[in-house]
Amino acid sequence: MLGNLIQQTVNALTIGSIYALIALGYTMVYGVLRMINFAHGEMFMLGAYVAFLVLSMLVGDVGMAGAIALTVAFVVAVFLVGFIGVGIERVAYKPLRNSTRLAPMLSSLGVSLSLVTGMQILAGPQPVAFPSFFPVVRYEVLGGTITSMQIGILVAAFVLMLSLHFLVNRSRIGIIVRAVSESRPTAQLLGINVNGAISMVFFVGPLLGAAGGILYASYYGIMSPTMGAVIGLKAFTAAILGGIGSIPGAMLGAFILAFVEVGGTALLPVITHGVLGTEYRDVLTFAILILVLLVRPAGILGEAVSEESIVYKREF
Amino acid sequence: MSVAESLAAARPRSSRAVAFLVFAIAIALIAATPFLPNYYIRVIDSLLIYILLGIGLNIVIGYTGLLDLGFVAFYAVGAYSYALLASPQLDLHLPFLLILLVAACLGAITGILLGIPVLRLRGDYLAIVTLGFGEIVRIIINNLDWLTGGPKGIARLDKASILGIQIARPVDFFWLLLVVVLLAGLVAWRLERSILGKAWAAIREDQDAARGIGINTTNAKLAAFATSATIGSIAGAIFGASQRFVSPESFTLQESVLIVLMIVVGGIGNILGIVAGAAILILLPEVLREFAEWRILFLGLLMIFLIIVRPAGIVPRSFGPDKLIGRLFGK
Repeated sequence: MLGNLIQQTVNALTIGSIYALIALGYTMVYGVLRMINFAHGEMFMLGAYVAFLVLSMLVGDVGMAGAIALTVAFVVAVFLVGFIGVGIERVAYKPLRNSTRLAPMLSSLGVSLSLVTGMQILAGPQPVAFPSFFPVVRYEVLGGTITSMQIGILVAAFVLMLSLHFLVNRSRIGIIVRAVSESRPTAQLLGINVNGAISMVFFVGPLLGAAGGILYASYYGIMSPTMGAVIGLKAFTAAILGGIGSIPGAMLGAFILAFVEVGGTALLPVITHGVLGTEYRDVLTFAILILVLLVRPAGILGEAVSEESIVYKREF
Repeated sequence: MSVAESLAAARPRSSRAVAFLVFAIAIALIAATPFLPNYYIRVIDSLLIYILLGIGLNIVIGYTGLLDLGFVAFYAVGAYSYALLASPQLDLHLPFLLILLVAACLGAITGILLGIPVLRLRGDYLAIVTLGFGEIVRIIINNLDWLTGGPKGIARLDKASILGIQIARPVDFFWLLLVVVLLAGLVAWRLERSILGKAWAAIREDQDAARGIGINTTNAKLAAFATSATIGSIAGAIFGASQRFVSPESFTLQESVLIVLMIVVGGIGNILGIVAGAAILILLPEVLREFAEWRILFLGLLMIFLIIVRPAGIVPRSFGPDKLIGRLFGK
C-alpha cells in the first residue's frame, strides 16, 4: 500500500513536471500577448524530433560518446527550438499584433497544422522509437519501484523551472518581460523594448516546451508528429487551472492535473465500483477544469480581477 | 482591395454584373451537380454539411461574439440521435423527419445546458470551457460502449426516407441539404436582423453597455446557444443519415477548429463568407487530393497567410446576401 502510494506519487510528479514545462510556455505567451498559442504543443514535438536528429548526427557522424552526446543533443535541441519559436512569432503572430484577439490564435492553429504535416512529410507519420536519455536503473523504495529515468526527469525539470524562476524574478530580462506583461503600452512609454521582450517569451516558452518533449519522448520511448496535440491540451488545461498568465500557477496547475490523472486512474474504478473506468480520467480532468473556471474564472493563482474592470479588446 | 471596396468603387452597372455572375455561377453549379459522378456529389454534400455547421456556429461566434470551441458536441448529439433511433443498436427504427425533430430538440437542450454554466465567462475562458465540453462529450461517447458502441461507432444505420421518398443516393442528400442550408441560412439571416439579432450585436460590441440599455444578456446568449446548437444537431442527424455510420472520430476538437476557421477565413458574421470559407477549406483539400500530405501543409500555410492579409475574412461583414440580391435588381 505504502509502496504503491510512493510509486504513484513519483509517477504523478514525473508527468506533472513535464506538463509544467509545457504549461509555462502557454502561460508566458498569454501573460505577455493575451493570446492562446495553439502551436505550442508542436514545440514539444519539435523538441523530441530535433533532439533525435542531433543525437543521431553526433553519435553516427562525429562519433561522440553516449553521455556527452546526450547532454549536447539536449542543449542544442532546446536552443534550436527556441530560435524556431522566435522565428514563428516574427512570421505568423507579429503582423497580427494590432489585429483582433482571435486572429493570432487562429494563425497559431495554422502554424500547428503546418508543423504537424510538415513533420509527417519529413519524418513519416508513424511513431518512432526514441532513445533513452538516462540509463534506466530500478530502485525499490519501501516496496515501490522508482526508475532512474524518473529521477532524471524530475531533476532536469526542477533545474529548468528554477532557472526560469531566477530569470523572471531576479534578472533584468525578467523585469522587462514582467513589465510588458503588466501593461504593454506603459512599458512602451517607459522605453522598454517590447518586441525584444515578446521575442524573449517566444524563445523561453518553446525552449521549455522542447525540453518537456525530449523528456516525455525518452520517458515513454516513443515520439510521433502528432504527440503534441494531446499533451498540449493537457498542459494548456494545467495553465488555465493554475491561472493563465501566472508562472507559479502553471507549475501548480500541472502538478494538480498530474495528481488528479494518476489518482483518477487508480481510484475511479474503485470509488464507482467499476461503473466509471480509467478511461474517464480525461473527463475528470476537464470536469475539474470547468468547475474551477466556474468558481474562479481566473484560475487558482490567477489575478482575481473582476471581469467588469477589464477593458476588453474586441474579440472579433 | 477587398471585394466590397472594389464593388463599391466600380460603377453600379458593373457591380450588377458581378452580382449577376455570382448568381449565375451558383445556379449553374447547383444545376450541374446531379450530373456529376457520385464522388463529386459526396464532396459537395460534405461541403453543404460544413456550410450548415458554419451557419449554426456563426450565430454564436459571428453574431453574438462568443468563441465556442466545442461546437462539434452538438454535431455529435445530432449524429448519435439518428444513429440510436434508426439502427439495430437499440432496435429502434423511427422515421427520418421525427428524428430530425428529436435531434433539433436534443440539440437545443444541450445548447441551453452548456449555455447556463458558461454564461458568466467571457472571451478566452468561454473558449476553454466550451473546448472542454466538446472533449467531454467525445470521451463519453467513446467510452459508453453499451449505448454508442464506443470507438467502433454504430454501423448499419437505416436508409432515410421522407414521406415515402427514399433518400439514400448522394444526389438525394444534395437536394435535402440544399433545402436545409437555404432554410437555415434564411432563418439565420432574418434572425440577425430581428430584435434578438440586434441584442446579439449589442452583446458582441459591448456586453456591459448591452446590459445597461436593458438587454437581458443571459436570455439572449442562451437563445444564441440554443439556435446554434439546434442547427448543429440537425447537421449531425443528416450527416449520420448520409454516412449510415457514426463514430467518435468524426467529432474531434480538430473538427470544431475547422468550422471556426471556415467562419474566420471566409468572413465572420456573414453567411456568404461562410460559403467562401467552406469552399476554401473543404474543397481545396479535395481538389489537391493527389498531393496527399502536401495539401494539408499548403492549407496550414494558406490559413496563416489569409489571416495575416485579411484578419476579418475574405468577404466583409457588411457584404451580406441582401447586398448581393439588391445589386442584382439594381438597388
